[in-house]
Amino acid sequence: MTQCLIRTLAGWITRFFLLMMLALTSAHAAPDLSPALRDLSGEDPDKRVEAVFSLSLSGHPAAAQIIEALGEDGLYVNASASEAYLTLKGQHLDLIRNQPVASIPAGIEPVMVNNALRAAIDLAKSAVALADAKPAARLLAAKQLQAAEDKVIAPVIEKSLQKETDADVKAALLIAQAALQLQFGEGAQRVAAAEMLAASDSGAIRQKLSELLRKNPDGSFVEQDAALRLAAERSLKTIQKRLDKFEIIANLFSGLSLGSILLLAALGLAITYGLMGVINMAHGEFLMIGAYVTYLTQSAFRAWFPEAFSFYVLAAIPAAFIVTALLGVVLERSVLRFLYGRPLETLLTTWGVSLLLMQTCRSIFGAQNVEVENPAWLSGGVALAGDIIIPWNRIVIVLFAIAVLAMVALLISKTRAGLYIRGVTQNRAMAACTGVATDRVDMLTFGFGSGIAGLAGVALSQIGNVGPDLGQQYIVDSFMVVVLGGVGQLSGTVIAALGLGAVSKMLEPLSGAVLAKIMVLIFIILFIQKRPQGLFAMKGRSAEA
Amino acid sequence: MNASNLIESVHLGTPEGVAHAGVIGSHVLQPNTLDTSHRVILYLEDITVEFDGFRALNKLSLTVDRGELRCIIGPNGAGKTTMMDVITGKTRPDSGSAFFGQTIDLLRTTETEIAVLGIGRKFQKPTVFENHTVLQNLALAQKGNRGLWECLWSKPTAEELHQRDEIAKLIRLQEVLSRRAGDLSHGQKQWLEIGMLLMQDPALILLDEPVAGMTDAETERTAELILTLKERHSLIVVEHDMDFVAQLASKVTVLHEGSVLAEGSLADVQNNERVIEVYLGR
Amino acid sequence: MKLTESKLIALARGFFIAAAVLALWLPVGHLLLPADSALHVSAFWLTLIGKFMCFAILALAMDLIWGFGGILSLGQGLFFALGGYAFGMYLMREIGLDGVYKSPLPDFMVFLDWKAYPWYWAFTEHFAYALALVVLVPGVIAFLFGYLAFRSRIKGVYFSIITQALTFAAMLAFFRNDMGFGGNNGFTDFKRILGFSITSGGMRVVLYSLSIAALVGCYFLCRKLIASRYGQVLTAVRDGESRLMFLGYRTLHFKLFAWTLAAVMSGIAGALYVPQVGIINPSEMSPAQSIEVAIWTAVGGRATLIGPILGAFTVNAAKSYFTVAFPQLWLFFLGAIFIGVTLFLPRGIAGLWQKLIERARANA
Repeated sequence: MTQCLIRTLAGWITRFFLLMMLALTSAHAAPDLSPALRDLSGEDPDKRVEAVFSLSLSGHPAAAQIIEALGEDGLYVNASASEAYLTLKGQHLDLIRNQPVASIPAGIEPVMVNNALRAAIDLAKSAVALADAKPAARLLAAKQLQAAEDKVIAPVIEKSLQKETDADVKAALLIAQAALQLQFGEGAQRVAAAEMLAASDSGAIRQKLSELLRKNPDGSFVEQDAALRLAAERSLKTIQKRLDKFEIIANLFSGLSLGSILLLAALGLAITYGLMGVINMAHGEFLMIGAYVTYLTQSAFRAWFPEAFSFYVLAAIPAAFIVTALLGVVLERSVLRFLYGRPLETLLTTWGVSLLLMQTCRSIFGAQNVEVENPAWLSGGVALAGDIIIPWNRIVIVLFAIAVLAMVALLISKTRAGLYIRGVTQNRAMAACTGVATDRVDMLTFGFGSGIAGLAGVALSQIGNVGPDLGQQYIVDSFMVVVLGGVGQLSGTVIAALGLGAVSKMLEPLSGAVLAKIMVLIFIILFIQKRPQGLFAMKGRSAEA
Repeated sequence: MNASNLIESVHLGTPEGVAHAGVIGSHVLQPNTLDTSHRVILYLEDITVEFDGFRALNKLSLTVDRGELRCIIGPNGAGKTTMMDVITGKTRPDSGSAFFGQTIDLLRTTETEIAVLGIGRKFQKPTVFENHTVLQNLALAQKGNRGLWECLWSKPTAEELHQRDEIAKLIRLQEVLSRRAGDLSHGQKQWLEIGMLLMQDPALILLDEPVAGMTDAETERTAELILTLKERHSLIVVEHDMDFVAQLASKVTVLHEGSVLAEGSLADVQNNERVIEVYLGR
Repeated sequence: MKLTESKLIALARGFFIAAAVLALWLPVGHLLLPADSALHVSAFWLTLIGKFMCFAILALAMDLIWGFGGILSLGQGLFFALGGYAFGMYLMREIGLDGVYKSPLPDFMVFLDWKAYPWYWAFTEHFAYALALVVLVPGVIAFLFGYLAFRSRIKGVYFSIITQALTFAAMLAFFRNDMGFGGNNGFTDFKRILGFSITSGGMRVVLYSLSIAALVGCYFLCRKLIASRYGQVLTAVRDGESRLMFLGYRTLHFKLFAWTLAAVMSGIAGALYVPQVGIINPSEMSPAQSIEVAIWTAVGGRATLIGPILGAFTVNAAKSYFTVAFPQLWLFFLGAIFIGVTLFLPRGIAGLWQKLIERARANA
């Protein structure tokens, strides 16, 4: 119902803007569209490609829309180009008469788009965008044009270069120009282009340069021009040198990122297993539930507060915490409290609980993964250089992990509740004697640990698949982190998580992800032999018991 | 028939059984044998144990002679149990040295080896194997080869069966031999554990609060039994019950904050100024 | 009617006699009776019960280490799968040139463009060597792992988690094609054992009979062990390991023996399982699979010898029924068993029976 209303509303708004634009267009003396339209509807593939470019260069106000509609199979032209319509975002326009129509008249077919034409359309879109008022849009377009492999685009770039004022855009355009010159130029011009390209960070450019150094099967170079090869080689070295440090930073970051994900996944366990000694095999499913709560919050926002959609993740954080914490409390009260002091039984029972939770989610949401979309502020990333991008969602998760860790650490070390938790953990009987309701502390501690798992689930939903098996992927890893860090030690858990993250990411390029994981597991198993208490051992009479 | 008569009638290995302790398990890595030629069976010197900054033992030094019965008293947290943990290899001290006889370095020996070499321990809380019968408990403790292979194949000899019967009579559990140990009363469990110690026949016996939870009659009988054991074994008894300590009439060591506060007869230490201060406060 | 103790015992005896008669009838009914006879036993049933026998051996192994030794292994599926893979290598060799690519190499190796068998496949064409591998591979791996873990005094849940990690690592490794064990798909399409067709009725009956024989053999072996002084020590390890150390026992040796023996038993079960179901792949090593073994044992009743066998049959019969009749409900049911048994039936079916007997005795 609501959704329906919103769609109608959005429709009205779009229609209004479209009309406004058309009104503006007709005010100017627009260049004639018909030759280009005629070529487009024709049979000659070369002419069709040319028509797309000529459209983009025409400066016609409707050109951008025509090209976009063409890309979406929404341009309708009859054979003589006397009738032309386009469909964009559900609205229909008569291009010849410059007015909206209710529907496309029957008998006029959409212009067919093949792969060659589609590539031209993409280039043409970028070419159009070069005239955009916003420098960011021009920069993006210029970068896209760096990958262009069609010389018709060369004059566009040249023209834009003359007008361009923004230094970044200019630099990007120069690279795009050089890339084209490298491919289509002659002799010295190509050598100069190869030297020029040393300024680029893009992987596609590097690919082009290294192509010049390719050898034939008999060992001779494919490229005959030795000077060009030398220039290409030198440029490649310069690029590599410049990118090396960014790659190291990116690798370090991905280690940190994996570490913070492991930390989030394991932090709840460090509380329930590490502090309370309750082994909860359903911990992974609490992560999964946290992720599903995020999914539900997303759906709720999409349905009821689409304008605030980008904040759904923030709303999911408390929601996931509350849901999983309540679930944890229910689990503790109904099952676990009867099993204190019987860890092996607890293990089996909670495994049973994990099966129930998994199957419940499968029944409700289906066995397939559900789609959780990153809000705008979590998509994209910070480009360090060229293709080396640090995604926003990873950065935010690192910060989130720090925040959750700080919260847990403060709660345990500074608050009264934390004091009770530590008291009950260290000496249950004594704590009971001093009037601490150990029962309630158990319940709340377990609920708290479970709630942390829910928070981790929110984070996991932003970087991976959300499905009924999500928990199973993390349960072994989480336990390894806690075991490696040492039971009862938050600092151990932190160091273990970051260490494992860094080591995994260091091994990955050498051995591949799966082998790296196996190696890490074997390492932990061996490490535990040397230090059965983990990195940080608790010492004392109670440690043995 | 009183306890001392019975003890003599029970065959508990050769009188010099202790000297053979090292030979019992031929698989023991350390070929050390117990050497008490200088009369001393246990040396503890400057033993320090720290738990997270808390000194459970602080330069503790103690010697016990062969055939001696020593009582250890002291307030809670004085380090009595930790001392026993060090002697039996459960806790490794941060510094100091501990020797069993002249030659066996307790700090380089595992708890299993220490047990085989001849130190037996009765824990504060009775720890019998609750799911095993009384007889099985005694059999598990019985002196003899503890190797995996022997346990797979060996059958008890007639002599061993006889010894089980005798000890069961001594600890007055002969009527309940096939009962689960977990179903015994608290006092019976204490006795079963003492019986297990006797089956083990160690040169040095450590008793941690042996009469806790016993009736007066049981306490008296325990004291009687301990006095007869003294002839063949060396004993260290940790106890709170002063009447019981008085019954034993032995040398007494008072521990306080992890070191020895006073040593002497019970009367001596009871009149010692510092002991009074510690126990009564000022 | 009041159930007296003697009546209950007669009932149990009747049940076991009926089970034994049925078990022995299956092969006869499969081989000798015509397919249209009402009493004919189809290959499906024979294989199904044969499979359960293998699971029962696995449960018995679990019982030995967990029920009696107190060591909960979450890696029993690993040893089962290793035994299966060891024998599977022989079965792959026996395919000979009958594979899809008509190559002397298994299809998956042809697919990977391998030209020769990797070194660890050497001699696997010999039946006797394959049998030795079935025992040695799980045995040696369990021995090494157990030695390291027990020596470091890793016990309780800690040990369980580490065994789970071991299984998980092995599963990831076997999923890799480069391991040379067929990756995802594992081994399948077996043709022959010792030249005899693997799908023939005779071979089915032989495999089935071997499974029964192995189960009975393992049962009596465990019984002998538990009755010995070793059994006393093993249960004492479970109830009070440190106390036992102060009595002078090297508990490491006792645990290691049970642990290794259980791994070997699991390996044998796996080797019998693979030719009967016709496939082995890494999913047998998934942590979930191993944990399930623990629940078979718990359902039947740990620390009894008949319990795990009953448990393996009961739970797997339920699984076979549910996964066909109500596939969505099976995990709910399994989860409920995990919770229900540990909370309300800690001693399993065997314990329930014991209680019945005791009540009858008290009423008498």
